[in-house]
Amino acid sequence: MASTAEIQSGLAEILEEVAGVAPADATPEKSFTEDLDVDSLSMVEIATAVEDKFGVAIPDDELGGIKTVGDAISFIEKHQ
Amino acid sequence: MNFNNGDVVVTGLGATTPLGADVPSTWDALLAGRSGVTRITDEWVQPFPAQLVARLAEEPAEKIDRVRSRRLDRSQQVAVVAAEEAWADSGAGDAGYDSLRVAVVIGTGIGGALTLLGQDDILEEKGPKRVSPFTIPMLMPNGPAAAVGLAIAARGGVHAPVSACASGAEAIRWGLDMLRLDRADVVLVGGAEACVHPLPMAGFASMRAMSTRNDDPEHASRPFDAGRDGFILAEGAACLVLERADAAKARGAKVYGRVAGAGGTSDGYDLVAPHPEGEGAQRAIGAALRDAGLTAADIGHVNAHATSTPVGDIAEAAAILESIGDHAAVAATKSQTGHLLGAAGALESVFCLLALRDQVIPGTQNIEQLDDAAAVQKLDIVRGEPRKATFSAALNDSFGFGGHNMALVFPTA
Repeated sequence: MASTAEIQSGLAEILEEVAGVAPADATPEKSFTEDLDVDSLSMVEIATAVEDKFGVAIPDDELGGIKTVGDAISFIEKHQ
Repeated sequence: MNFNNGDVVVTGLGATTPLGADVPSTWDALLAGRSGVTRITDEWVQPFPAQLVARLAEEPAEKIDRVRSRRLDRSQQVAVVAAEEAWADSGAGDAGYDSLRVAVVIGTGIGGALTLLGQDDILEEKGPKRVSPFTIPMLMPNGPAAAVGLAIAARGGVHAPVSACASGAEAIRWGLDMLRLDRADVVLVGGAEACVHPLPMAGFASMRAMSTRNDDPEHASRPFDAGRDGFILAEGAACLVLERADAAKARGAKVYGRVAGAGGTSDGYDLVAPHPEGEGAQRAIGAALRDAGLTAADIGHVNAHATSTPVGDIAEAAAILESIGDHAAVAATKSQTGHLLGAAGALESVFCLLALRDQVIPGTQNIEQLDDAAAVQKLDIVRGEPRKATFSAALNDSFGFGGHNMALVFPTA
């Protein structure tokens, strides 16, 4: 089980790799689309990377509900 | 319908090629007689009859950052590199043009083959869920045009002619048409290709279209030479910025020359073999001259398509002789660049404009014994060193599998 801090830093690594988001910017309150300029296709890549890193699959009907970095952290915590 | 009969000029050039990372370095290398051809040393090439290639002088990653690169196929990356150079060179981005009147036309022969084939490998190995969500926007043939449209924020239309090795030339014709039809005020045109991969290599080799002179890379591309045995697959892109002469003059833009005429025809003869006398090519050249309001006597230089295939070079020589005559100085620059397929017509148009600017004809390399076909013998092919010349108009030929013929006329401004 990864801790919240571990999930946040793991997610920050994914965001840096996929979308060039600076790790310091990947904080829980940030919106993927509004604040971090992550588009819908990049969100699909992020979901795949999350599955690889944390073993948590994000179904398509859940992905749309994940708006912020904090939403993603909560989802991973709940399902890991 | 609105028409605009004003002259169209070229105000910006860009390229990334096997000879150089940009236009100045490519042109210098061309005039210095250097070759961009090398032998592939990767393990996979061992069973291949044709092992030569002309790779980019500089990787696109030198100019495009990692995050942007990972969602662009290599064909899109080279297009963006060449387009950004041309756009900056023209100064059109700072000229106050309304983005609604800025258009892009970038052709490609093959499109995003590296993405298609790479993602197919992932599909086979890891299953459908691992296929990238960027697969389709990266492999689509309009991908290079769309990526360039995004790079310069063009909102007046983005188009992608696909006519095999005539695509780059056809893009220039479309750009000219768009300005004449008053559909745009500035059009960034060009061609892009990046498909160095075992499958295209195998396909072209199976057609017996590629040179197998594996032990002598620099001398393998030898248009019009008796010993030519096929083309060399090359990668790269070239772009030109087209605007109306009056607008370019008003803003004090540097002008390389005019695009005064374009001709496009189809052979209606065979899917891949050219008509033996270049009948369709002759009609394309004739149409381009009439469109430009010039005659054959006005053309001082021809940059030939001349890919170094046994059949193609002879048919083109016949077409040039018939429709231009024997007075024009002919150059076959693929002897150094290899064949950039859908980017070839754009790159060779860039060469035409630089030849016009510098009043110099590039030399054709690797002709040891000129083919004994009568038409080849009669043409004034510049061999070896570049030749100083005084001329006021150049013509570029481009042909593609499918029976496509394109001719473009570039006079001085």
